Amino acid sequence: MSGVGDPAPVLSIAGAALRRGDQDLWSGLDLEVRAGEFIAVLGPSGSGKTTLLRSILGLQPLSAGSIRVDGQPVQRGNPRIGYVPQQRMLAPDTSMRARDLVALGVRGTRFGLPIPRRGDRARVDVLLDGVGATHYADRPVGRLSGGEQQRLRVGQALADDPMLLLCDEPLSNLDLANQRGVTDIIDHRRREHGTAVLFVTHDINPILDRVDRILYIAGGRFLLGTPDEVLQTEVLTALYGTPVFVFRAGGRLVVVGVPDAETHHEEHQEPASGGTA
Amino acid sequence: MKPLLDWSDVFSFQDYAELLALLSNSLIAGAVLGLVGGLVGVFVMQRDLAFAVHGVSELSFAGAAAALLFGGSVVAGSIAGALIAAILIGLLGAKARDRNSIVGVLMPFGLGLGILFLSLYEGRSANRFGLLTGQIVSVSNPDLGWLIGMSVVVLVGLLLMWHPLRFDSLDPESAAARGVPVRAVSLAFMVLLGLIVAVSVHIIGALLVMALLVTPAAAAMRLSAGPVAVPLLAALFGFVSAIGGILLALAGTLPVSPYITTISFLIYAVAWLVHRSRARVSRA
Repeated sequence: MSGVGDPAPVLSIAGAALRRGDQDLWSGLDLEVRAGEFIAVLGPSGSGKTTLLRSILGLQPLSAGSIRVDGQPVQRGNPRIGYVPQQRMLAPDTSMRARDLVALGVRGTRFGLPIPRRGDRARVDVLLDGVGATHYADRPVGRLSGGEQQRLRVGQALADDPMLLLCDEPLSNLDLANQRGVTDIIDHRRREHGTAVLFVTHDINPILDRVDRILYIAGGRFLLGTPDEVLQTEVLTALYGTPVFVFRAGGRLVVVGVPDAETHHEEHQEPASGGTA
Repeated sequence: MKPLLDWSDVFSFQDYAELLALLSNSLIAGAVLGLVGGLVGVFVMQRDLAFAVHGVSELSFAGAAAALLFGGSVVAGSIAGALIAAILIGLLGAKARDRNSIVGVLMPFGLGLGILFLSLYEGRSANRFGLLTGQIVSVSNPDLGWLIGMSVVVLVGLLLMWHPLRFDSLDPESAAARGVPVRAVSLAFMVLLGLIVAVSVHIIGALLVMALLVTPAAAAMRLSAGPVAVPLLAALFGFVSAIGGILLALAGTLPVSPYITTISFLIYAVAWLVHRSRARVSRA
């Protein structure tokens, strides 16, 4: 996968730990992500997957260790990082067209009089085209399907040509066809442009054939390896310290027996663990 | 027998030109508030703050009533009350649930306090209910200058943070990830909202503030989804309601506010009908 003599990693995390209250959410995380790598982040609700993304974005300080993006310490509003949030349906009367949602990625952080700048529109057109949204570019976002809205969010995240794409449950609430479509866009992006992808998900199946490595977080500990290495009954049983079973059927994979995390819940809702991993 | 309602009392266009000249500053204040209130309303709707607007206006009323009782500037009192409420709601009510409970607690407290101050006040009784139901025609010229100036400040502030505010209103999570200082932007918006609410209290009264800060934007959102069209329509509807209301009120003996609220309501009703008939056409 990655050998000696590779260029500097896009993301490097060393000895990272995060406390919440008087409890370690996790500690001792070491991770290096190289250009074009697709890494899935798995783990039960409340294990700190979203918090890890927030730390990389500079929104949450670590209690120990360091994170570097492209060799630089983390900073808020880093243009090298794109962020794709969870799909939530927008209100039907939202006063925005599809292109305006994407345009937020281009000019959403600009203070000052909202005077259109030369080149903005062309940039938005390129981004819309990149996620296959050109044919609904001028329709109100509130009347688009969940899959169409989520493609726009990916387009928005790519506005600054990021070298690292952080995705927080981007496929939840989508049907299978749209999960496939959004995954294809992200996968294409990392193959064509070498954008590294860190993909938080509770269901590995829609991306199982795309991921290079899995970072599995549970009980404050980590496991890092290829899907074949990590998603094994013995390996996950050892990580959780309680019997956990991995079943494979028809190209899909089911993890059974995952205990609920004891720590606080994540800010967003995740389905109860014990279903698909 | 004298009829209960004599229409010549309600509408009389005698001496209209002189009245108009006398009240030109009221007209300017109404026009500016209508425009800026419509614009602010677009964000009030997007950020789900309609209830908060009501809460802020009641505390603004309490501040103005306190100033009336203790002999301070009524405009300054209304600004102080509105800012305190807006900043409290902004700091403590980041989540919609928390915000609604804070507003629910603040609103009756503010209204009660205001009524207490008014009942202790022994001055001219017209001043009492003016704060609740509007008194634009009795606002002094220097105070009108303040109201106009504050509206302009709100307009400029809104334009300077237009894009980040839109980003934060639609998707605060992504906005924060991209580096928008979301807490500062939210708080700054609450300050602007507090200022424009304080202005509205003087023009249409604390109880009716929503007719200029919510209804025009709600009507605009029924008619369009364009990011430029909606703010422009909202500003236009606010302007028409405020100016139309003042011009009609000048011709008679009735107060300004019912005219403004009625025009604003009718605009919304028409927008709603247009929206409905469009939806039916697109379904057919």
